[in-house]
Amino acid sequence: MTPSPRPGGAMVEFNGVGLRYGPDAEVLSDINFNLQPGSFYFLTGASGAGKTSLLKMLYLAQRPSRGLIRLFGEDLVTMPRHRLPGFRRRIGVVFQDFRLIPHLSARDNIALPLRIAGVGEEDLAGPVGEMLSWIGLGERAEAFPPTLSGGEQQRVAIARAVIARPQLLVADEPTGNVDPEMAGRLLGLFEALNRLGTTVVVATHDIHLISRIENAQMMRLEKGRLSDPTGALRYPPNRS
Amino acid sequence: MIIPRVPVQHRRLLPDRRLSGPTPWVIAILMLLTLLAAAAGVGLARSANAIGTAIAGRVTVQIVTANPVTRAEQAAALRRAAAGQAFVRSARAVEPAELRATLGQWFGGEEGGDGDPVLNALPLPALVDIDFVGEDRAGPMRQLRALVAREAPGARIIPHAEWLEPVARLIRSLAWVAGALVLLMIAASAAVVIMTARAALGTHYATIEMLHMIGATDRQIARLFQRRIAIDTAYGIALGSAVAAAILLLIGWEWSGVTAGLAATASLGPWGWALLLALPLLAIALAALTARQTLLAALKKIL
Repeated sequence: MTPSPRPGGAMVEFNGVGLRYGPDAEVLSDINFNLQPGSFYFLTGASGAGKTSLLKMLYLAQRPSRGLIRLFGEDLVTMPRHRLPGFRRRIGVVFQDFRLIPHLSARDNIALPLRIAGVGEEDLAGPVGEMLSWIGLGERAEAFPPTLSGGEQQRVAIARAVIARPQLLVADEPTGNVDPEMAGRLLGLFEALNRLGTTVVVATHDIHLISRIENAQMMRLEKGRLSDPTGALRYPPNRS
Repeated sequence: MIIPRVPVQHRRLLPDRRLSGPTPWVIAILMLLTLLAAAAGVGLARSANAIGTAIAGRVTVQIVTANPVTRAEQAAALRRAAAGQAFVRSARAVEPAELRATLGQWFGGEEGGDGDPVLNALPLPALVDIDFVGEDRAGPMRQLRALVAREAPGARIIPHAEWLEPVARLIRSLAWVAGALVLLMIAASAAVVIMTARAALGTHYATIEMLHMIGATDRQIARLFQRRIAIDTAYGIALGSAVAAAILLLIGWEWSGVTAGLAATASLGPWGWALLLALPLLAIALAALTARQTLLAALKKIL
């Protein structure tokens, strides 16, 4: 049975988390926060502050050097490796550099998480078609990533991240490679998903973006330490 | 399963570049050499066994009595007496013409013909070839000595094993060397597969990382690569086997004309051919298994 966060409990808990690569000094120190189900979070900070490292721990690409991380109510630090794929299927990830598979069409890139999860081809066509329409690329379904614009590639990456209806969506600088108009449209996609109940975490250093989402909460990383300028992490708003 | 079943849509995760890398060609060469070494090993081992069986119970009695008439009478008497013994399977007096023909090859006579003055002048011994019954040599040898002392005193008994056994031992050693070469080339093939698997992981690291991030298990990812490596390897093995088969058939055809001497004892036999047919299949299975274990071990190092 797939574990879920207990009612009223946090979806993600970071408690005294530190991260170091090799023998070097910690890139993240004493990270403490809880993410509530259905909330929208921005993670900000200057380049090199540790945003990507924090997100890597959030989407299970990196284990912490110390501290406790609980995801969906389970301790991730001691979780055996073979259980991680099941948890990863509940998390959608959008990368700044898209990471689309270049020799797969837009349709096949979007369908990938469902295929990996074992969904049959007959059950794929509907959701993938809907998703292509939702991101406005219905007519470019068979196009390969190198032939798509940056904005189109980013939309395909977002569609791939959300096609399996993840409970948590993590996006690392999703608007870093697109113009302001496209950035607004992409943010609109995230907001729509959030309204459907997905917890969204977006790392960005674009302060204008943050102001466009109502009720969004902000975490700020400075030199590997987390600050909570809005106090929202300590007193999360009740969205129910 | 040697070549795992992977849905068509999943296969597209790896770009289709069959036979573009060096792996199939290297495997083809290794397979060719493996099969030739295996064929040589089997042929030599069978030859050594055939020689061993043939010489184990054979002796030649050499009668050197000076008087040619007495020599011929002793030889005939010994052949008759030996043929009547229970421990003797066959006894044959070697004809003088046969002896001269053999010596003629070395002395340059005219096919050992009776007209050759040099050969005719040579004091040739009378020879009687005797084959024993069964594999016991000590008992028959004792009885033969008694028989020779009675029928042809002073004659010398020469067991064939004394002078052919070193040759058989050498052939056996060469067969072992061929077997060792087969093992070495199988190890080299496995090393090629390991390097191919590691190179494939390096080349497609970004895809693997992405697949992990969307929840793919190690087994799902390994199956993709295992299938590709097994197919590439199978192409190489098929190519190497086809060339080896052509070479072996050609050698077999040439060999079929050899009917005399040690060379005539070399053949592959049904088990040898069965081994040669099984080797390519075993090689494909070994390649797939090696690829799978290498991939799973490498994937475990990635979170």
